[in-house]
Amino acid sequence: MGIVNGIQMILAGDKQADRVVPPAGFTARLTSFTAAVMSFLVVFALALSMATGRLADRWSAELSRTSTVRISAPEAQLEIQSERVMEILETTKGIASARLMRADEQHALLEPWFGPDLPLDNLPIPRLIEVVEESVGPDMEGLRFRLAAEAPGAVLDDHTRWRRPLVDAAARLRMLAVLSICLIGGALAAMITLAAQAALAANTQVIQVLRLVGAKDKYIAKAFVRRFTLRGFFGALFGSVCGMVAIFLLPSAAAEGAFLTGLGFSGMQWFIPLLIPLIAAILAFWATRIAANRTLARMN
Amino acid sequence: MIELKKAGFSYGGGEIFRDVDLHLAQGTFHFLTGPSGTGKTTLMKMCYQALMPDSGTIKVFGRDVRAMNRDDVALVRRRIGVVHQDCQFLNHLSVGENVLLPSFVAGRDGLDDQRNLRELLKWVELEENIDQLPPELSGGERQRAALARAVILSPEVILADEPTGNLDWNMAQRLLTLLIELNKMGKTILVATHDMNLIRAARPHVAARVLRIQGKRVHLAGADL
Repeated sequence: MGIVNGIQMILAGDKQADRVVPPAGFTARLTSFTAAVMSFLVVFALALSMATGRLADRWSAELSRTSTVRISAPEAQLEIQSERVMEILETTKGIASARLMRADEQHALLEPWFGPDLPLDNLPIPRLIEVVEESVGPDMEGLRFRLAAEAPGAVLDDHTRWRRPLVDAAARLRMLAVLSICLIGGALAAMITLAAQAALAANTQVIQVLRLVGAKDKYIAKAFVRRFTLRGFFGALFGSVCGMVAIFLLPSAAAEGAFLTGLGFSGMQWFIPLLIPLIAAILAFWATRIAANRTLARMN
Repeated sequence: MIELKKAGFSYGGGEIFRDVDLHLAQGTFHFLTGPSGTGKTTLMKMCYQALMPDSGTIKVFGRDVRAMNRDDVALVRRRIGVVHQDCQFLNHLSVGENVLLPSFVAGRDGLDDQRNLRELLKWVELEENIDQLPPELSGGERQRAALARAVILSPEVILADEPTGNLDWNMAQRLLTLLIELNKMGKTILVATHDMNLIRAARPHVAARVLRIQGKRVHLAGADL
């Protein structure tokens, strides 16, 4: 049976072939319920995968081309060292721009931690220089040596120290989400196989009668395959839509892109969960077909 | 039509048949008799490939059954109508749909068959029962419905295994009459029965051969009826 024939068979159906197998109760509901639950879970796994992917990309993009120079020196030295560092940065190859952060910008950075009322002016706060790199960045090791030699209070932070673990964690989360999707798909296929086998076993007498009157195994299998494929499809459609609604109703992402509130889909990604019912139908089609062929061969 | 040559069959370590020769030629009527448990049903099942011989050969419509795959067997069964003593139906379908079942599975559009259905049910006197479900039928009605189902595709051979086993004498005679009519239409008939009265009742109406299973072999039981 080719793919086109298979799709035609599923969509068009065969009224008589559908009629010969008695309407099943429990296995039908179980298959639809399982497909719905699995699809609901897949939507969340997909959302997690998308969110971690976006997070990793954002962290990489935002942090990979920026670095910071922090200058901690006695007050008398602070201005001199800051000027020296700026000179060094402006003459270093691979640096697009360097900007000494204003006092109010530094205060704004510290405010979430210390609150608005802390008298920051009286505290010895280090000076910060924001460095934007060119596409081919500077020789970081060489720059560190120069800064250490000419401005001992300056420390270059290229963010690698904390960027890499975050990006690695996001990539692993994404991998786990993809693995979860594969496992859920496998579990769905196994569940449908078992349900199909149970349905075939429960209809042994029907199969015997059909064989007696000259039914080919393909005809018998067709009735079961179509039924389980449609159950898988509609169950998964229901589960996917419920999952999408649940994701949609999550609190919207904050401007800072907090991880949990960022769980979801963006733009065209909302169409991806709609593929789940199709994939569930394909899984159900093949799982039932294999189960039916095996069971019918065993009954021979 | 169906030919067995030195066919043997064993089950559970016990030999049931040995060197069985049987030839059902077109248009013939055969009774297969013998005491219960001698293998009448087994022999019938071998004729429609529900069982395969352990030795010897069986040819159905000229083809060796060992060379047939499952699809071939299905196609052969469309040319053989089978009636069992405990005939099975699909209980969720009406009598009419059950009788049309061979037509459904053969993929025929069913229009001609549906036109013939009422005529066929009238012939077996079940036209009033067309919309009933099989569990609502009596034993005799079930047998006649099974016969109608067996002949809907106009098969060349009809195998009836103890078709009158559950019927009273009047009903058994009616069923026999139907089988004889089919034989007169050119169908090959094999009826397995242990009821000698049925065989005697057929004597005036049909030239039937009586085969007896004895000593794990099939013998011709005397002269033609």
